[in-house]
Amino acid sequence: MSNTPDLNIDRVAELARIALTPEEKTAYAAQLGEVLKHVEQLKQVNVDGVEPTAHAFSVENVWADDVAQTGLSAEDALRNAPAQRQGMIAVPKVVD
Amino acid sequence: MSTPLTFQTLSGIADQLASGALTSVQLTQAVIDQTAAVESRVNALLSHDAADALAHAQASDERRAAGKPLGPLDGIPIALKDVIAVRDQPLTAGSKMLEKFVSPYDATVTIKLKEAGVVLWGRANCDEFAMGSSTENSAFKTTANPYDLARVPGGSSGGSAAALAAGEAIATLGSDTGGSIRQPAAFCNVVGLKPTYGLISRYGLAAYASSLDQIGPFTRTVEDAAIVLGAIAGHDHRDSTSFKTPIPDYRAALQEKKGPWKLGIPKEYFGEGLDPEVGAAIEKAIEFYRQAGCEIKEVSLPHTEYCLSTYYIIATAEASSNLARYDGVRYTHRSPDAKNIEDVYFKSRSEGFGDEVKRRIILGTYVLSSGYYDAYYLRAQKVRTLIRQDFLKAYEEVDAILTPTTPTPAFKIGETTDPLSMYLQDIYTVGVNLAGLPGISVPAGFTDEGLPIGMQLIGQPYQESDLLAIAHTYDSAHDWSGRLPEL
Repeated sequence: MSNTPDLNIDRVAELARIALTPEEKTAYAAQLGEVLKHVEQLKQVNVDGVEPTAHAFSVENVWADDVAQTGLSAEDALRNAPAQRQGMIAVPKVVD
Repeated sequence: MSTPLTFQTLSGIADQLASGALTSVQLTQAVIDQTAAVESRVNALLSHDAADALAHAQASDERRAAGKPLGPLDGIPIALKDVIAVRDQPLTAGSKMLEKFVSPYDATVTIKLKEAGVVLWGRANCDEFAMGSSTENSAFKTTANPYDLARVPGGSSGGSAAALAAGEAIATLGSDTGGSIRQPAAFCNVVGLKPTYGLISRYGLAAYASSLDQIGPFTRTVEDAAIVLGAIAGHDHRDSTSFKTPIPDYRAALQEKKGPWKLGIPKEYFGEGLDPEVGAAIEKAIEFYRQAGCEIKEVSLPHTEYCLSTYYIIATAEASSNLARYDGVRYTHRSPDAKNIEDVYFKSRSEGFGDEVKRRIILGTYVLSSGYYDAYYLRAQKVRTLIRQDFLKAYEEVDAILTPTTPTPAFKIGETTDPLSMYLQDIYTVGVNLAGLPGISVPAGFTDEGLPIGMQLIGQPYQESDLLAIAHTYDSAHDWSGRLPEL
């Protein structure tokens, strides 16, 4: 953990696919800087040899019987689509 | 003076329905009327459908008349936090991103409630995507605390807590990722239960932080919580983290399990920052248990001070991943200005998400990003192990742990604007989620100003029967929930 949290807000917003206004960038950088300063305290904890916990009660290899089941109908799957055409979700052109 | 119908306990109402003294249509109409009378001041519900509720109430009465009631919940109006899917009903998660979303399917808990004959009533307001501790982060409205309309109901399930406290439902469901059921329950003088991770299916719950999220009930009494829990708990193959465990009769356990218990008091939860009136009320509750023959033992949870930091790293990391699905492509808001696919992502997310959600996605993306993962996320997961071990070690000596639910009573709307201060609200509740344990908040008194105080009891994994019995011992000997808000 670095001594000074160096949150590059432009880079992180790009990774998160969120367009931020200059005002949001300034505000979030300051607010999250405070939060990151607070979480620096975790550096004090000795975690040598400690296994990470991803889930409190790890359940592994959950198998389901291979049984065909009815899923969402195409109509249901499309009912919230912002744009659709011929039973498909429409998006702006991806490949020129 | 008798208690107005919609403020009565679920168990009492169920008895009246069973005896024929009351019909579901009468009850549902009373809930509709009460909602009409108070909702403009409380703002607990984002939407409700009176005609749909009355139709289901009618069906319930017909089942009962035919001698085929579906159980104690048949005909009872229950409102759901607006993060739980109900087919053909809106699900906004308090976000503009899902403002127009209508769910094409039912959550597992919804199916279970329908099978129990519940009259599904109302979509309860919440912080956007369940991120917040005051319900001020809802994109649509700010819910007021029924006990003081100038104050917050807590969050993120603030609408669920306030709706119940204001008599707008007989029970409600919320979700709890870091305290989002227990903290609003404490603020609104109702019981709020966050079950063990995996006990209730998360299928159909809009995900915030998947390793921490749990659905749970808000009720007026612990007995009512036992009834609702019994209806919604159980393994579900559609949630791969759902736990296979027998579901006992939680309500019967309240009578069968009488203690005396060993209760642990973690000294770390009674330090700096605890409001003196809250502390005094909890001391009285401890004294009650001592008088009831319980052994009270000081325990230590040494990593308590690291819970909040650990929580905010893990929860935001999971949120940044979970909320990547809101991409403007398939079922969400899409920016009308999007000219190309990059615009669809960036502009739709920028317009659809509110401040706190953006902040948490940014933080979560950062702690997972290349070069920072080990320092933040991996380290937090290791500290999570230590936090969990603290609790399990304490349970070698005690049956349950007793703490305040919140450091302070409800704060004023608009008062807490700094994110870090808001996060500190969760200081006594997040450890329970990190450790995956069951926790319950039970009404435990009022401040001189008349603000509710909550006591938290933390149980052992999948031992909800014990936890509920311990909570019931206190709850059935007090009548804090009988002190109704002046609305």
